[in-house]
Amino acid sequence: MLELTDVSKQVGAETHIDSVSLRLEGGTLNVLLGPTLSGKTTLMRIMAGLDKPTSGSVYMDGEDVTGITVRKRDVAMVYQQFINYPSLTVYENIASPLRVAGTKPAEIDQKVRSAAELLKLTPYMDRHPLELSGGQQQRTALARALVKGARLVLMDEPLANLDYKLREELRAELPKVFAESGAIFVYATTEPAEALLLGGNTATLHHGKVSQFGPTLDVYRNPVNLQTARTFSDPPLNTLSIAKRGSSFDLGESTSVPVASNQQALADGTYTAGIRPHHLWLDRPNGEFVEVTGTVVVCEITGSESFVHVDVLGQRWVALTHGVRNLDAGSSVPVYLRSSDFLLFDEHGQRASALMEAA
Amino acid sequence: MTTTLDANTQTPPVNASSNREGFQRKTRSKADISRFSFLVPTLYIVFLMLPIYWLINMSFKTNQEILSVFSLWPQNPTLANYIVIFTDSSWYSGYINSIIYVVLNTVISVSVALPAAYAFSRYRFLGDKHLFFWLLTNRMAPPAVFALPFFQLYSAFGLIDTHIAVALAHTLFNVPLAVWILEGFMSGVPKEIDETAYVDGYSFPRFFVKIFMPLIASGIGVAAFFCFMFSWVELLIARTLTTTDAKPIAATMTRTVSASGLDWGVLAAAGVLTIIPGALVIWFVRNYIAKGFALGRV
Repeated sequence: MLELTDVSKQVGAETHIDSVSLRLEGGTLNVLLGPTLSGKTTLMRIMAGLDKPTSGSVYMDGEDVTGITVRKRDVAMVYQQFINYPSLTVYENIASPLRVAGTKPAEIDQKVRSAAELLKLTPYMDRHPLELSGGQQQRTALARALVKGARLVLMDEPLANLDYKLREELRAELPKVFAESGAIFVYATTEPAEALLLGGNTATLHHGKVSQFGPTLDVYRNPVNLQTARTFSDPPLNTLSIAKRGSSFDLGESTSVPVASNQQALADGTYTAGIRPHHLWLDRPNGEFVEVTGTVVVCEITGSESFVHVDVLGQRWVALTHGVRNLDAGSSVPVYLRSSDFLLFDEHGQRASALMEAA
Repeated sequence: MTTTLDANTQTPPVNASSNREGFQRKTRSKADISRFSFLVPTLYIVFLMLPIYWLINMSFKTNQEILSVFSLWPQNPTLANYIVIFTDSSWYSGYINSIIYVVLNTVISVSVALPAAYAFSRYRFLGDKHLFFWLLTNRMAPPAVFALPFFQLYSAFGLIDTHIAVALAHTLFNVPLAVWILEGFMSGVPKEIDETAYVDGYSFPRFFVKIFMPLIASGIGVAAFFCFMFSWVELLIARTLTTTDAKPIAATMTRTVSASGLDWGVLAAAGVLTIIPGALVIWFVRNYIAKGFALGRV
């Protein structure tokens, strides 16, 4: 179990990590989700012991390891860049932590071969890392982390520099590979979709603060604050300031939607509504939807999906729709939405209602 | 030529025949160029190799031939000059002395510069940029400026006329240069490699020798080359600090005036032998020299 209590990291006048407290259990997969510069890497470096926190403590299985150098910690780390020892063969790269630890040669050989087998590196054992493709290089780094059998495995966007196919393949393998080891597995990513695919627990980071930590689906469905909802949304979350008056929400521009049954208990007042891009419809769906008119700004087509950027109610929103939609910029489109899809936050950005999302 | 051009402009859809003419025109002008293309390498060789050729030429001549006739190659080739050098201890000990202090200097300079360059490349500390820049202070003046203080200092310590004295004196110029070169090469190695090694449990010395040094091997080679070459060609300090026991070859060469005048042939042979070590070292690091001149920053 790894525990961070009130960990802060200050570099000069800048706060990189702002009193983070986390408790990561053994044998779990934990995702650090946040945009670049949110402090994921810094937090990982503190977990590893590469950096010392300015204040706060790090406990490993109840033992205070705050000032202890990384050499004496039981950690493995994989970087976004493919970091291997260029002068050693793939075999020696994987074997290196065991050699340093003074493991018996026969045991080293057996462990290296099984790790290489698992990560499909067996044919390249005698090559040097720079003669391999990016995916193979990163698999070498992963094998080295795996073979060490560390209690804490840190991965800093390990798949970010890989091409799409390899990324999918490795993303599926990674949790399985490390699940058996019983290690605490920490995985940093900028992509909400990656966090959802990996499952486990997610901590959302923003400006060095953990805005929420919990089971990944829970965090996604029930963000406790606006920041979490924003971090955990790709394309970006659509927001709108709305006012509840009795049984309807006033969306501005003399448009209103009826309040959904589970939102009746809310006090009247102004809220910020967060609407996920896939909850905006361009075709009339069945159910209690309200139609508003939007102006198309641009269409991004990925093939199976289209991101339609529209100006609605004085906001620039993104609608995620199925199929190819080639709408002309400037044309008017009807946009359908309903109040039960709203994530409602009060003026402090805290979740106004602990409502389950009707997904 | 002009007619072809006109034909081309008058018939917009360029037809096959005018195309062919254009092609011929091109090849003709190419042939004109190739007629003179021998010039460049010839000039190159003449300007670059002539002094060296003349030195070699002289080294195989007798003194009498050198002084009396103008000949492009030795009329009576002789090895006598070389035999003098390889048999007379006052000559060959000059080479031995030079090589001893040059190698000593290279080893000291590179092994001192390695940790310094690592610190400059990996750590940020107060005034690091200034320290790094002012390392070059001693290279901002001609070595001759330091001859006097060196002589005084080394006399006080009784180091005059020893190999280590010259080697140490040259490190003043070579360590800063080696630090600059090595720092460039080291900064090209991602810091994450160091960290991965620490995460893997490597101690610093083990990491440095086993992981890091192979990565900057070419940098070490280039740094060693520059140290070697500086020390090998530096004459003034080496001569000031030595008298007999550690006298460098270049100093020996300046003291060959005998009763019968200069011994031109032997001097030329000594010159030829002086070029050889430098040429050998250059040959070994030829692929990295450009990077070395850029101080590793490519």
